[in-house]
Amino acid sequence: MKRSIRKWFPIFVLPTFIAFLIAFLIPFVMGLYLSFCEFRTVSDAKFVGFENYISAFKGNSDFLNALIFTVLFSLVSVITINLFGFLLALTLTRGIRGTNFFRTVFFMPNLIGGIVLGYIWQLIINGFLYNYGYSITSKWEFGFLGLIVLMNWQMIGYTMIIYIAGIQNVPDELIEAARVDGATPFKTLRTIIIPSVMPSITICLFLTITNSFKLFDQNLALTAGAPAKQTRMLALDIYSTFYGKIGYEGVGQAKAVMFFIIVATIALLQLFLTRRREVES
Amino acid sequence: MLRKKAFNFTLFLILAFISLVFLAPVAVVVMNSFKSRFSISQTPFLLPDSDTFVRLDNYSTGIIDTDFLTAFFWSLFITVCSVAVIVIFTSMTAWFIVRSKDIFSKVMYYLFVFSMIVPFQMVMFSMSKVANVLGLDNPIGIVLLYLGFGSGLSVFMFAGFVKTVPRGVEEAAIIDGCNTFQLFWRVVFHLLRPTAITIAILNTMWIWNDYLLPYLVIGSDYKTIPIAIQYLKGGYGSVDMGAMMAMLVLAIVPVIIFYLSCQKYIIKGVAAGAIKG
Repeated sequence: MKRSIRKWFPIFVLPTFIAFLIAFLIPFVMGLYLSFCEFRTVSDAKFVGFENYISAFKGNSDFLNALIFTVLFSLVSVITINLFGFLLALTLTRGIRGTNFFRTVFFMPNLIGGIVLGYIWQLIINGFLYNYGYSITSKWEFGFLGLIVLMNWQMIGYTMIIYIAGIQNVPDELIEAARVDGATPFKTLRTIIIPSVMPSITICLFLTITNSFKLFDQNLALTAGAPAKQTRMLALDIYSTFYGKIGYEGVGQAKAVMFFIIVATIALLQLFLTRRREVES
Repeated sequence: MLRKKAFNFTLFLILAFISLVFLAPVAVVVMNSFKSRFSISQTPFLLPDSDTFVRLDNYSTGIIDTDFLTAFFWSLFITVCSVAVIVIFTSMTAWFIVRSKDIFSKVMYYLFVFSMIVPFQMVMFSMSKVANVLGLDNPIGIVLLYLGFGSGLSVFMFAGFVKTVPRGVEEAAIIDGCNTFQLFWRVVFHLLRPTAITIAILNTMWIWNDYLLPYLVIGSDYKTIPIAIQYLKGGYGSVDMGAMMAMLVLAIVPVIIFYLSCQKYIIKGVAAGAIKG
């Protein structure tokens, strides 16, 4: 059978592989190399060693500021989204009237695109702040809170769906047995439900962490980094370095490589840590 | 029992309140899309009255300013073509990689998995240059880019499911005289259908809303809906808030229609996609 399948390689694999080569593999390798070069258009690339990496951190580094802002934002949004998503999942698995309707409504914002979401919340937040003589770009705290609210609105429904699927897989007999043994609802939650939904927790943490770190569209539409770059997240900072200042393409690419390393490390570390807990339980 | 009922009723009220909070932002945008541009940013929470109501003026201005119908067409064209191409080719690739156990297939599988954790910014600049050189900077070429960039997740998810397809079924089909191509499309793909729906949904949600990739590759000549909306904001001078509100509504409506008509599949797909991922 193996021999007969091999001759089908050009139809089964080649189209995907060529597209993958063009859209990902070649640009990825090029990107790694270009991060050590000075260039405007790729063809004029000149090797400069680690210079781009050093200048990304020089002076009042935009990159470092964006990194701090991104970490802070991700920390708060990951915790709130997962907490609210899990609480909603718990209440929506009790067979309350209207469960389907609520689930539909809570998931709905997830389908709206980042740019549209950004402008919706800009309107709402500016509407509140107008009464006090502010706008969302007056202080960085407003932009920060705005991004947190927006991200929660978008992602709570998503994590909720995944947690619901996890909770529904917990055998009813197990919960019943715990109740007969006199466990309080809180104890049932801690010792039975949470350990059983560890796989859902793993995947929700992974999705919320990577989405928060990579956030771009929402950031661009809501504040575009204002005031004075203070609400710029990493992806937006990289974008602005590439396309905002001529002659900084190399620095932009170096930042992009570091961004990739940061995202990959955090994602893999988190998968490793929570997967280990899954095995234990 | 009575206490449980009372408790559930309280929860019901709380959930109803949260639903209102979830729906309110969209309702506010819809409301403002009928108000004059100057009465929006200052009093966004007031209903339109006889002074501020402008009928459908915002919609007509917005549609003309952003050339919305063309943007809608390109969004639809790119999304439908890309999703179809992704489902067709990545399902075949995933099956081939799992079934032929040579070293090249293994390496390729790990490259696909690896690509899933690489953020777009890492390849954004060099990808748009490559696309430019190869003449892929048009609505047809971008379909190939979406196939390439979307193949990581799709191959990974299809491959996970192919592993559960029993070999006996495939062997029976071969004995019946199917060649490999017929075997895949007549037998295997039918078994992969639930996964194919999940993958189609996840990719639709991504490509329809994607801003940066189309903006960088084709944005100056062909605008998709997110690009058209961002364009309204772009440049200097004040934004026509009325037109902006109307365009936001028009951007949300297709999404809501898609959601309500395929809700069952979307919610199942998201849950299934998460478990596989």
